[in-house]
Amino acid sequence: MLTHRIIPCLDVRDGLVVKGVRFQELREMGSPAEFAWAYEQQGADELVLLDVSATPEGRKTKLDTVRRVRERISIPLTVGGGVGDWTDARALLEAGADKVAVNTAAVAKPELIAEISSRFGVQCTVLAVDAKQTAPGQWQVVVRSGATDTGIDVLDWVRDACRNGAGEILLTSWDRDGTRSGYDLALVSAVARAVGVPVIASGGADTPQQLLDALQAGADAVLAASIFHEGNYTVAELKKFLAAHLVEVRR
Amino acid sequence: MKPPVETYAAIVDYGLGNLRSVQNACVAVGLASRITSDRREILDAAAVILPGVGAFGDAMQALARLDLVAVLQDVADGERPFVGVCLGLQLLMSESEEFGSHRGLDIIPGRVVRFDDPHDESGARLKIPQVGWNRIHRPAAGDASAKTIDPWSNTLLADLPDGGHMYFVHSYVARPANPDDVLSISNYGNIQFCSGLRRGNITAFQFHPERSGRNGLTIYRALAQRLTRERREGFDG
Repeated sequence: MLTHRIIPCLDVRDGLVVKGVRFQELREMGSPAEFAWAYEQQGADELVLLDVSATPEGRKTKLDTVRRVRERISIPLTVGGGVGDWTDARALLEAGADKVAVNTAAVAKPELIAEISSRFGVQCTVLAVDAKQTAPGQWQVVVRSGATDTGIDVLDWVRDACRNGAGEILLTSWDRDGTRSGYDLALVSAVARAVGVPVIASGGADTPQQLLDALQAGADAVLAASIFHEGNYTVAELKKFLAAHLVEVRR
Repeated sequence: MKPPVETYAAIVDYGLGNLRSVQNACVAVGLASRITSDRREILDAAAVILPGVGAFGDAMQALARLDLVAVLQDVADGERPFVGVCLGLQLLMSESEEFGSHRGLDIIPGRVVRFDDPHDESGARLKIPQVGWNRIHRPAAGDASAKTIDPWSNTLLADLPDGGHMYFVHSYVARPANPDDVLSISNYGNIQFCSGLRRGNITAFQFHPERSGRNGLTIYRALAQRLTRERREGFDG
């Protein structure tokens, strides 16, 4: 049977890991490639690299970052950030990404998902969704880090995306992101029931119990950033906890 | 003393899939490699790796366009290690039912079929493609014909534990006609499938050793060690 996956996330800008990392520590630990290597050693099952570089120079750095990370790891790598058309996806795949995550651009241009999955396969095509709760049991898609409400219902959106060839959903709760109050379990459960592809829960992770809760709510994988960057837990410690609760993990 | 010929593994490039992780894995275990679609370079290689991600029909068309079908069949008929990975495993088979029916390289008799409605013990449907980490096992010892030889000894899996985790991404599985060609099996819910094949010099994996962390690198290391050994023996002999 498939294991549940633990996925550290690297938020990268202009070649540096930026989110959830105290500046001091960043300088000591170095580049995304070093983080990536360390997480693989700890037992990470996969890595997600979200590049938030906004400048042309930053976008060039992004491909370099992907290449450097790829050279240091032998686990799967998903890369997102600024993917606007299939040639962006191709560049990331050629640089060493195994999967490409699309987010904002897919909202403006829903056919982007089909454009990528028809060329590179559904297994390469990850839809990243930022979901904001509007009422109990209802969520709306937000883009540009939550600055823009789209009015699109999250469950409709993920169902459509899967019909168009999304092979995995990276589901971030906008409400929980950065709050350390745990994943939005109702959201995870609703999306997992709505689609037939794996769902990665993201946003709000702070404790091992919260990871377990998300998996029990129906997530196939759990993603977290600061919990790892700040050294609160290693991936190995989390897996030990999950295994003790009878969750199948790769050891 | 240094061996007279430089050896490398040819990573066959036919335009489908990410070859960089395969090459990185070779680098990690000290195995020289060349990403190539050149017939000569493939025929001269000490080992040939056929990777691939994507659709079966597209892949066969690309191999035909590059005039590599007969080349790969020659490699398979020879003695040098020939390693198929993921779609590279499926291409070795006689035919596939992916989006219609397609002829394969026809090196290993059997068909490639879609996962047929996998479900877990509670009856819940499992997702296709299978994406993630799953275990590989030695095949069950057939008709109890006192198979005392470890089916993994002297293979690229020799240094791995039974039940080791590997990374899988696929919707289709190979059904080799001859059970002796099965090197490893895995279970996806109620479906047991062939996750590794071996016949003579040919070894192939449905999973991605180059993305399977430490366990996967163990496979590439076994390949590198085999080439070093063969080179040394060839030189001494």
